[in-house]
Amino acid sequence: MRARTEGARSDRSGSTRRQFLLGGAVAGVGAVAAIGVDYALNRQDADATTPSVPMNGEETVPFFGAHQAGIDTAAQAHGLFLALDLLDTTDREGLTRLLRILTDDAARLTQGTAALADSEPELALAPARLTVTFGFGPRLVARAAATAPSWLAPLPAFSIDQLQPEFSDGDLLLQIAADDPLTVAHAARMLLKDARSFATLRWSQQGFRRAYGTERPGTTMRNLFGQVDGTANPQPGTSEFDSVVWASDGWLAGGTGVVVRRIRMDLDKWDRLDRSGREASVGRTMANGAPLTGTKEFDEPDFDATSAVGFPVIPQFAHIRRARGDDGEKIFRRAYNYDERPGSASVSESGLIFVSFQADIDRQFTPMQQRLAELDLLNEWTTPIGSAVFAIPPGCAEGGFIGETLLDETLRGGAS
Amino acid sequence: MNTAPSLHSTKKNLSRLTALVAVSLLALTGCATTEAPAEVAPAGESVTIADAWVKATDEDMSAAFGTLTNSSSDEVTIVSAETDAAGMVELHETVENEAGEMIMREIEGGFSIPADGSLLLEPGANHIMLMGLTGALVAGDEVTVTLTFSDDSTYEFTAPVKDYSGANENYEESDDHEGMDH
Repeated sequence: MRARTEGARSDRSGSTRRQFLLGGAVAGVGAVAAIGVDYALNRQDADATTPSVPMNGEETVPFFGAHQAGIDTAAQAHGLFLALDLLDTTDREGLTRLLRILTDDAARLTQGTAALADSEPELALAPARLTVTFGFGPRLVARAAATAPSWLAPLPAFSIDQLQPEFSDGDLLLQIAADDPLTVAHAARMLLKDARSFATLRWSQQGFRRAYGTERPGTTMRNLFGQVDGTANPQPGTSEFDSVVWASDGWLAGGTGVVVRRIRMDLDKWDRLDRSGREASVGRTMANGAPLTGTKEFDEPDFDATSAVGFPVIPQFAHIRRARGDDGEKIFRRAYNYDERPGSASVSESGLIFVSFQADIDRQFTPMQQRLAELDLLNEWTTPIGSAVFAIPPGCAEGGFIGETLLDETLRGGAS
Repeated sequence: MNTAPSLHSTKKNLSRLTALVAVSLLALTGCATTEAPAEVAPAGESVTIADAWVKATDEDMSAAFGTLTNSSSDEVTIVSAETDAAGMVELHETVENEAGEMIMREIEGGFSIPADGSLLLEPGANHIMLMGLTGALVAGDEVTVTLTFSDDSTYEFTAPVKDYSGANENYEESDDHEGMDH
């Protein structure tokens, strides 16, 4: 039951350190030292035939644990979101069979092992930090004859929404993420094949961040507007993160809630806005995401600061001012960009797969979204076109399955 | 139902280690090998299966697959198999016939697993054929199979049922086979 990021981080720092040693030796210290380092590295890997610097494809994130992976895991480069609808014939017993199979697939694939009956087993051998995260929609919880948390329902309709059914709702969410797109595609194929007797694919959204190795791990992502996006996130491994994200009641204890919203971004309209206008709309600089009242990304915004002529430095309509709520209204964002084939008259069909994890969507997310819908200058350039809410059940131990706290009578807790 | 890959590789390393130990013992004892052999463990206690699965079907026949591993220093032979899920179970191999086609047939003498070796059961090759299924096999179900060895010892394993689109040629051939033999 280890924290996911811890595992991932220690893996990563191991390889980074080796690269540093090797790089330093080759660059400056000369041949003798290089041989020494090489010798030391080879000794360390005496029984391995692999190169001394591990390939990123070999990196794994533990599957089993108190929480599901793919939430507090440092976001991978590629994210695929699949929503499935259960067939009418998939009853509570069928749901158990489905989740047992998908759990087994995910447990194997994330560790770089082929799934059972995997017809392309070689594609499973490079996990590249693959995670598979399962989410349950309201109908799935009803099918399990369990009580859903009060927030497990479509979000209230916001004035800015232009939702399309093909990007909204669903019974079962699969968030599949890895640093390699071929790994993601294979995992998705395997899971969808195994779900085919139980469910149909409702929607699919593919997203990306920077490629692995392009930026230092932990760098806040940028969206296609060029904005630094996610600065205010609580940091995994902190008590703040734990209280924002993890639920503590009933079958959902150790799980969380996720909101997945597809936000179309009008890049053509954004192009007409100059740099100062872009910065004013959010309240942060484009250069490094610092609040307009600060110089560094993580400086606290000063919402009371005024300009020489008396106007607020961070405007009333700025995104970060409108998003800021009381202490209870905190969320953890883990978004992905999308960039699809444009329509006939356009050169871009782009946006953000907004993904946020929070223990209680009604309390933490909805009031914030309500304020942003009422006033947020960014609404000029963005339109929500998809929206879905899922309960993310806790993780499981080896031999168990994701959803067991909902479906296994002996493990089933009280209503959440 | 979950088999940890690490466990799998540990097993491999263990069997390698066992082999090394066996070789060392042989070298140490030298001429002593002609003495009366020690009590041989039943084959059923030396064999395990990893990654076992059974193909889902609503028809009459299916098959079980997986990797059988023999950790003993003697070859073992599986002579038969049975399961509550099927009226008849056969051990099948896939071979090339006179016409150059790959066909499957019951293997003569059963499945042999070499000492400290393994036998892969997979679609299009060796497999445990389940015939006269007692009901539909749906994905996520579990099937328990009992293997019987030439020394009459047995080994029981449980395999999950999975949807799989391949392993079709076997079924066609098996119709002929069943027609001829039974």
